[in-house]
Parts: sequence; structure tokens; C-alpha cells
Amino acid sequence: MALVELRNLTKVYPLTESLFGRGRGETRAVNNVSLDIFAGETLGLVGESGSGKSTLGRLAIRLLEPTSGTVWFDGHDLGSASAGELRRLRRHMQIIFQDPFGSLDPRFRVEDIIAEPLDIHEHLSRAARRRKVVELLHAVGLDDSILPRYPHEFSGGQRQRIGIARALALRPKFIVADEPVSALDVVVGAQIVNLLAKLQREFGLTYLFISHSMPVVRYLSTRIAVMYRGEIVEIGTTEQITESPAHPYTRSLLEATPEIVA
Amino acid sequence: MSRRALSLTRIARHNWLAVAGLALVGGFVVCALFAPWLAPQDPAHIDLPARLQSPSWPHWCGTDELGRDILSRLIYGARISMLVGGSVVAVSLLLGMVVGSFAGYSGGRVDRVVNIIVMNAFLSFPGILIAIAFVAFRGPGIGNLIAALVLGGWVGYARLVRGQVLATREKEFVEAARGMGASGWRVVLRHITPNIIQPVIVQAAIGMAGAILAEATMSFLGLGVPPPTASWGSMLNDGRSHLLDAPHLVLFPAVAVMLAVLSFNFIGDALRDALDPRARMEVGL
Repeated sequence: MALVELRNLTKVYPLTESLFGRGRGETRAVNNVSLDIFAGETLGLVGESGSGKSTLGRLAIRLLEPTSGTVWFDGHDLGSASAGELRRLRRHMQIIFQDPFGSLDPRFRVEDIIAEPLDIHEHLSRAARRRKVVELLHAVGLDDSILPRYPHEFSGGQRQRIGIARALALRPKFIVADEPVSALDVVVGAQIVNLLAKLQREFGLTYLFISHSMPVVRYLSTRIAVMYRGEIVEIGTTEQITESPAHPYTRSLLEATPEIVA
Repeated sequence: MSRRALSLTRIARHNWLAVAGLALVGGFVVCALFAPWLAPQDPAHIDLPARLQSPSWPHWCGTDELGRDILSRLIYGARISMLVGGSVVAVSLLLGMVVGSFAGYSGGRVDRVVNIIVMNAFLSFPGILIAIAFVAFRGPGIGNLIAALVLGGWVGYARLVRGQVLATREKEFVEAARGMGASGWRVVLRHITPNIIQPVIVQAAIGMAGAILAEATMSFLGLGVPPPTASWGSMLNDGRSHLLDAPHLVLFPAVAVMLAVLSFNFIGDALRDALDPRARMEVGL
């Protein structure tokens, strides 16, 4: 049984809304997608902007309500889970955002940002809380000296590391990484990708790695799903997709990847 | 937010009007707090033989038509203005924040109902008209006056807060909090509110000016604090009949109202300028 099972997920956004109800016209961000994500793997989700991959990522951890379809996490149907059950399940599924500048509350200190999941789900003493936060900081390659500081004092790469530390706080099983390196420059992005690979080994994580960049997805993923206009057009192992792509869209994505000719 | 923090020295350097405003407001607050010790005489003490005297010793601002010392009445009037103004802003702000946050965060049909029906209904009436109707219905008194002005004024704060909450709700750090399993309360109180408080504070400062003016207006119309309590507005009303032969009856309370309103406006403008220009654009100012 897969860790995460998406069945016939659809997300439709109406185009107009008024006091009296919905208008005509809609946009299908995600159209009847079914997907399995197995424990321990990294499923890469690749597609251009507007293909619906971020929406799918958020649907997978119930940050968004689907218009129809079900999401199963670890055997639990997230749609029919009670509020308390959903809250408990959230410990095991976390998300890393694309924008390192928007995903951290500018009014929170770093210590409080990373400890927030702990504050919500556990009741730790101050000392225990601090110890856990320091442990997480070290895991992502940051120093304890940053604890009392604010997000705006750090670079994009450092802020992304803080976001990753936060996502790890509750030792989740599943992490949706929504374009975690798209807003960073290449060198910093590569460091973050390597960090994610290391953490996967250390913490036994399962990733849904969303990106528009094929080279990055290729590097990290065991399987790749290609998304176009709200639908999965092709899915297979990384070797299958990169060496013998079946769908024309997949082929065009691969062709668009710049290759360094030796 | 240390980078965007309000720096008093920065305000002082760029905006001396705000400093003057702060000093004046300080003066009014001192008058309000220490009126019994500062006022040279009892503001309700009637002394008919000494009525309508021009400013002189011992009445520095003269006396009114009942011989009461105008300076003392001005000082006690500051008490009413600060008390009523402060209470109206505080309660309107609280009510506006609760309703605005609730509507903005809930979104969907709840927001549509609250915004379009409730808020627009209140906005379609001039605040002073609502206040007059309320006092006419409930009778005079300081409690009723405050309630009346809150009824007429809360929507301004609610509308601002709702807009701010709608914008902030879409930010990723709010999504992150929800993704962690934070309750709606936690998200609104710990994440959204601290991030929207700055424009709300600006609105409150300027709202004080409006509240003071509104109180003076209500008292002028005879719907404010009942006599013999001194209020700048009721002093203006009492002085109307002697406008030509004893203008000091009208002049001093008018100047007091003007200075109070101006000082809060200056403070509000300086607060707005001290905000990060980026934040100004977000607020739409």
C-alpha cells in the first residue's frame, strides 16, 4: 500500500463570484489526477508554470479542498477525517514552500518559527523546546547564533534552510517540496537539493518534489510524473522518463533542458 | 520588525509637526488626568456678578454667561474629550477588528454577508446621524454618547481590517501555519493580527481626531454630556448667543478643539510616513 494515494482528484476554480452565487466559466487547475507515492521514494512532479503542480501538491496534504476525489494518507481518508484526526495526521505531512521570503512570518524570531509546529502539537519545556530547535538547525547546516534573529536578516538560501528545519520539526513521514529551489540562484539551489537528499537518508523521508526544472527533478527523483494542463500525461521511473519518454510533451521538456556539451 | 520600526528620532527629524502634535496631546492628557489639581477654580461654580468677563486676572480666559471660569472648564473639558475620544476609538477598534478579522478570514459566503449587507448598511449612513438617532432614542449621558459614536464609527476599522486580513490570508507564512495544523484562532491572533496592526494604528490616531470632533459636535447639539459637566462642544453651544459681545466664550473652546484635532492628525500622518513605503502601497495609501 502506498503512503499517499490520490484518486480522481479534481480542483475547479469558478471564474466569477457574486452575492447570489457562482457565475459562468471555470478553470480546472487539476483534472482527474490519480497518483501513488510510496514510502521512501522521491516522486518528482514536473511541468511548466500553470500546469497545476503546486495545486496538486497542496491537495495532497489537504491544504486545499478538492472539488472531487479522495486523498489517502497512510491508510486514512483525509476527506472524511475529523478535525482532530486531521490535525494529528498533519504532523506527518509537511510542506516546504517556493518563496523563502514569504513563507516565514516576518514578525517571528527564527527560534519561534522552527518551534511553532512543536508549540502546536507538543507541550515542551522551554529548555526541551530549545534543544529540539538547535538539533534541527544543525541538521540543516545552520548555527544556533541565529535563534533570536528575524527572517529579513538572512539570505534566501538560509531562509529556505530555516523553512526546511521547520518542516522537519515534527519528524514527518511525507514532505511536499513545492519548487524549493526555484527562487534561489543555481549554486545555493544545488546546496539545498543536496541537503534535501541528505535529510531523506537521515530522517527516512518521502518526498513529492515539485519543480519546473527537469535537471533538478532528475537529480533527486526515483520516479517522475509529468504534468500538463492539470493532467498527468506520463509517469515512470527516472530512467524511463529521461531515456525513453513516450509523450510528446515530456520529449519537449527534455529537449528544452540545456546540456553541457563536453 | 526592527528595520521597519517606528523611530522617534527619525519622525522628529522629518516631521516637527508630529512632535508638536505629540507635545500638545501630552498636554491634553495631563489636563485630563490632573484636572482637579490644575484647574484654578471649580468649573461648575456659578458667580453671576462676574459673568462675561474678558480674559484678565484671576480668570485667564474670562468667564462665561454664568460666571464660571472658562480656563477651568477648558481643562475639565479636556478630560471629557480624551475620555470619550479614547473610549470611542478603543471600542470601535476592538469591534472593528473582531468583525473584520472574522469576515476576512472566513471568506466565502460569511464574508459576503457581513461585508455587503452588514458593513455596507452601516456605511450608507453618516456616522453622526446614527449617533444622533441613538442618543435621541436612549437619552443623554456619557455611556450612551460613547455607544452612539462607536455605532457610527466601528465600520471604518472593520473595513480596513477586513481588507488587510484578506490580503494577508493568502501569504505563504499563513498557509504554512495552517499546514502545521494551527487553529484558526492561532493563525489570526499570532500571524495575521501582528502583521496588519500598523495601518490600523494609523487609522486609530486619525480616528481620535474624528472622535473628539464628533463628541464636540454632539455636545454642541445638546446631545452630549449633560450640564454642568464641561465639554468643549457644550461650551461652544453656550457661547453662541454671545458671539458678538463676548467672543472669548467661543474662541477658547474652538481653539482647543482645533488644536486637539490637528495634533492627532499630525501624529497620524507622521505614523503613516514612518511606515515602510512598501507597506504604504500594500495599504493603498
